[in-house]
Amino acid sequence: MAQVRLTDVAKVYDGKVRAVEDFSLTIDHGEFVVFVGPSGCGKSTTLRMIAGLEEITEGTIEIDGKVVNDVHPKNRDIAMVFQNYALYPHMSVFKNMAFGLTLRKLPREEIQQRVGEAAQMLGIDDLLHRKPKALSGGQRQRVALGRAIVREPKVFLFDEPLSNLDAKLRVTTRTEIKKLHQRLKTTTIYVTHDQEEAMTLGDRIVVMSAGRGVGRVEQVDTPLNVYRYPVNRFVGAFLGRTPMNFLPGRIERADSRLWFTRPGGLRLLMPEAYEEKLHPYVNQEVNLGFRPSALAEHPFPKYSEAGYTLPVHTVLIEPLGKNIDVSCRMQDGADILARIDARDDFPVNADITFYLDMDHVHVFEPGGFGINIIHADREAIAPAQPQHAAAGA
Amino acid sequence: MPAPAKPTSASVFARTALFIALVLIGITFVVPFVWQVLISLSTRTEVDLLTRLGFPPSLQPENYARVFTGGGVEDGGQLAQRVDFARYFFNSFFVAGWVTLLQVITSAMAAYAFSRVRWPGRDKVFLLYLGTMMIPGVVLMVPNFVIILGLGMFDNYTGLVIPAAFSAFGTFLLRQFMLTIPSSLDEAASIDGAGHWRIFTEVILPLARPGLIVLAIFTFLGNYNSFFWPLIITQSPNMRTLPIGLMAFDSSYGRETPLIMAASLMAMIPPIILFLFLQKYLVKGIQLGAVKG
Repeated sequence: MAQVRLTDVAKVYDGKVRAVEDFSLTIDHGEFVVFVGPSGCGKSTTLRMIAGLEEITEGTIEIDGKVVNDVHPKNRDIAMVFQNYALYPHMSVFKNMAFGLTLRKLPREEIQQRVGEAAQMLGIDDLLHRKPKALSGGQRQRVALGRAIVREPKVFLFDEPLSNLDAKLRVTTRTEIKKLHQRLKTTTIYVTHDQEEAMTLGDRIVVMSAGRGVGRVEQVDTPLNVYRYPVNRFVGAFLGRTPMNFLPGRIERADSRLWFTRPGGLRLLMPEAYEEKLHPYVNQEVNLGFRPSALAEHPFPKYSEAGYTLPVHTVLIEPLGKNIDVSCRMQDGADILARIDARDDFPVNADITFYLDMDHVHVFEPGGFGINIIHADREAIAPAQPQHAAAGA
Repeated sequence: MPAPAKPTSASVFARTALFIALVLIGITFVVPFVWQVLISLSTRTEVDLLTRLGFPPSLQPENYARVFTGGGVEDGGQLAQRVDFARYFFNSFFVAGWVTLLQVITSAMAAYAFSRVRWPGRDKVFLLYLGTMMIPGVVLMVPNFVIILGLGMFDNYTGLVIPAAFSAFGTFLLRQFMLTIPSSLDEAASIDGAGHWRIFTEVILPLARPGLIVLAIFTFLGNYNSFFWPLIITQSPNMRTLPIGLMAFDSSYGRETPLIMAASLMAMIPPIILFLFLQKYLVKGIQLGAVKG
């Protein structure tokens, strides 16, 4: 176990292309941190800098308090699992797993013991004599995991390890990785572009973006906090299996209350709790954001006034089992998606009224990275909260 | 069930014509070899008769032994120096073997540096090295000869081996081959604790084996058949290699055509065997089972 600390880390290629900027983060002993973001956001580059496979252009990386900027990968006491597994094709599974131990000149008995234990843990003990090409994708991934485990490193690094697996295997392997981490409690840094993987695996997740011309960190927090309280529109849009609904409009004052209004006539009352933060934005353009699951057919007790309703025309429904996704069109022509409790007689092609759970409504400044006016000043790393019933998306 | 389509007369004609054409082409390839065998079994005086008779009047299989014992002695004793054909064989194998070994080693190491190690100016240096392939070999003959002479390598094995131990072509071939090996393998190895030497010997070399074998075959055959450089860099008969040795049957003995044919037939055998055994490597690509497939 080890602590990993990144301070103002940046990566610049060829003196001009900035891949990562201002990356600062402290990863605690035994923590599982996931870097997530779209391609080009620098998440893999950052991981490779921690591994020592890329030079660090600016800033420092420490492992257990020791700056490792100029330390060769082999001396950093880390193990890495690659997207394409990177198994040595000419070596048996046993040799693949034992390679690092052999290079460290461990006694033969200990090598055999460690490889045997790891193989048993991963259920690959009957494959030890096989060559990688005689294994399935899932088995290869286990061997790659095993090769990392036997080393008993200070830090595990995972570079999109599941993206070459099919959907079903991906979910089961994901669970195994999480179990493995609970058992070994090794500090783990995991890179993925899949927000669901990030949400399910991480103790904390680091959401990164590429949209501003350089890879950078947008938000670091527990999965549920990032999901519930995105600091800006990018994070809100990136996380969640279904996209967040965004409605451009204005904040206006009427009848001594603040309203979100759209030119088409939509008026949404803003809860009093948000008024102080929204006050500076009166008569300004904003984006209202809410997840499909923040809509319901029945009023929320806290927000049952008329101002919290959203009249829509239902266009089509997609049954998902427990829920149904409803694609709707608002009177002013905007399309939104609602995820509500499933029922058989839900009317399609009808005018209905949805109620908004204002606890899960966000107001963003304009633009793709507009800050979340309501939640932007939250403590960055808040303690995880108990699972919320409405956060099912 | 429909009856199988009956071949039309046109297609039968086309197939027959093609067959005949292929047989004719085949014959043009085989005839010189058959002719060579026939000559090698004739006596020196009967070679001329062969063109009229089509077959030697008497078979002389002992020609093949005479290649080694130094033929031509009974033909008037013009023998200035004994032709030591076994020595030529040995020299050719010895020189081609060493050249192959050294060239594969140096090319593999250079290819590793040019493909797997990042250093400033790498690709420019590589292009420069590759550019040496543009210079015709004959242009380099004289300077090479002068250098080898100056180094005291004239007329011995080092002069035959050392200049051929480095090859831009071999480096290029293996570099291209190594570029196809995923870089994550060396990264995994370096995280596993391997330095460059370990990565080279335990990861890259085993995976580059098909490439190494192809280069070894090319190099061995090229040097086994090499004529001009051994001709100018050697002087004493016991340093001569096979292709030059064959010439000796011509110059030192008058014209010993049957012996030349017998000797060149025997000289052809090793490359053919080599090819038969290793041809699968010439066509077989690598199968990198570890990477997604």
